[in-house]
Amino acid sequence: MTTFQPPVIDWAALTPVLVIVGAGVLGVLVAAFAPAARRRSIQVVVALLAPLAALGAVAWRWSEVVGGGESTFVAGQLAEDGFGLAAQMILLVIALVGFAVLASRLPGGEDAFTPQGASAPGSAYEEAARKAGLEQTEVYPLALFSLAGMLVFTMANDLLVLFVALEVLSLPLYVLTALARRRRVLSQEAALKYFLLGAFSSAIFLFGVALLFGYSASLTYADIGTAATASVGMDGMAVVGLLMVLTGLLFKVGAVPFHAWVPDVYQGAPTPVTGFMAAATKTAAFAAIARLLYVAAPGFAWDVEPALWVVAIASMLVGTVLAIVQTDIKRTLAYSSVAHAGFALVAIVSLPEGGPDALLFYLLAYSFATVGAFAVVTLVRERDDAGNVTGEATHLSQWAGLGRRSPVLAAAMALFLLSFAGIPLTAGFLGKFTAFVAAADGGAWPLVAVAVLASIAAAFFYVRVIVLMFFTRPEESDEPQRQRAQAVAPGALTRVALVVCAAGTLVLGVWPTPVLDLLAQAARFVV
Amino acid sequence: MSLMHYLVLSGILFTIGAVTVLVRRNAILAFMGVELMLNSCNLALVAFSRVHGTLTGQVMAFYVMVVAAAEVVVGLAIIVSIYRARRTVSVDEPSLLRN
Repeated sequence: MTTFQPPVIDWAALTPVLVIVGAGVLGVLVAAFAPAARRRSIQVVVALLAPLAALGAVAWRWSEVVGGGESTFVAGQLAEDGFGLAAQMILLVIALVGFAVLASRLPGGEDAFTPQGASAPGSAYEEAARKAGLEQTEVYPLALFSLAGMLVFTMANDLLVLFVALEVLSLPLYVLTALARRRRVLSQEAALKYFLLGAFSSAIFLFGVALLFGYSASLTYADIGTAATASVGMDGMAVVGLLMVLTGLLFKVGAVPFHAWVPDVYQGAPTPVTGFMAAATKTAAFAAIARLLYVAAPGFAWDVEPALWVVAIASMLVGTVLAIVQTDIKRTLAYSSVAHAGFALVAIVSLPEGGPDALLFYLLAYSFATVGAFAVVTLVRERDDAGNVTGEATHLSQWAGLGRRSPVLAAAMALFLLSFAGIPLTAGFLGKFTAFVAAADGGAWPLVAVAVLASIAAAFFYVRVIVLMFFTRPEESDEPQRQRAQAVAPGALTRVALVVCAAGTLVLGVWPTPVLDLLAQAARFVV
Repeated sequence: MSLMHYLVLSGILFTIGAVTVLVRRNAILAFMGVELMLNSCNLALVAFSRVHGTLTGQVMAFYVMVVAAAEVVVGLAIIVSIYRARRTVSVDEPSLLRN
């Protein structure tokens, strides 16, 4: 037995993660010890300041690292490089706007979460908790822990770290999914479905890890990459292992055929959680996929590429077709996110030189539109006979004529939808453009052709929602008056989040050069 | 007992677990299937670790156990809360999520 060599831990490189984990722990302590009256406001401040501070830490690491300071540490298990830092920056921006939506309340003072997660839906206990004005403030530390897992996901250079980070990001999301204030049974069912399928996919992931370990006798990407080029035999086992690991990651981004959970979970989860989860999980998982493919798997590119082609094409087609036939706005957006997983995958399938930065730009553009669109969904509400605001009006027919009653909100929604559709002058257009150019450079012409056709078809249902909002007279729909959507006035935090998302979508669409330059100089992997 | 024996056993356990998840309709049983899959991964990791003469795989197995325990906590919490709302944990019950 050799003597133990303690690994070198570069604490400075871990600052962003440590800030978020520390804030999460602080949040747990606040939930336990702070007086109930002030608990929520403390939690919100912590949850909003932590990503800001971490953003500062990432900027500091960026100035230290990009352009020569890249390194791996903890015995090669974690990597600090431009790609990881850029992905972390995107994640923290998503977290800032996402948490702002998460923390905001309706004018009546109710937030998006059940007053007491442990109470059975419809029970006297739940009613008592609601009357007493309890609030489930644990959602903020849960969201922070999930964010910490995502940040590690982008740096993971080792399958063990990747597995632990995968679980750290997933487990809090399962709980958050179950905590909706309204339609609680739906929300709990969504959580169960998410949990069972998520655990199933992590088990598949883990078996892939075992096979890759058997192949290369190591868990770090660099060693697996070396073993692949050294041709030690057992290539079949390595390819199967790699495909199983990719299955676990593709499940997280919701690509076909691993998308079964996406519509149900997006619909059942509290809408602010859906927005955060849709944007951030996808960004983190794509960052992990890119690092795995570019660092560990180039030796297997020939074997893995066909499978990724199939996944990308199936995601674009299935997502687009099923989005067209949905009648629920949250399910429509869910299927559209499946299609977007396919579009993002196009950028990196053939491992082109410019793939990573195109992927990151695409994810940034998609994230702004996603968080913004789901924030709008939280504001469009039904009213009961007494005129009280009740649950979200998610049926598409209820959105008819929204543009006449709340033009600003409907215009914001239209902007996000146009960005999803990839109309010029929005971020989505340049995201798609850079992704497709990168793929074409890598020689994946047929894939780009399918992607362009799919985005044309996809534009149909985004435009349909816009037409519904602006050009359909509400009188034409048969819904009784009270069921039609009424937009409520957004709280200050949601207002800020919406403005940031809309501004981000526009600025990236009109003047993307600084961001593209930044990504182009940074998005390289350290091996 | 060669490496192959352990791998075949691990593969069999993994398959039994996967079939359990896909076929059984009781959420608790499906969840037990997942646990079986995780443990078959542990067996494969430890076997490979022994063959390669490194401790990495065994360390990974410990991490898997810890993560599985954390997963049990979250999973059972969700299942119990569903049971209290619906008095059943079947994943086949007429579901609100199927349109």
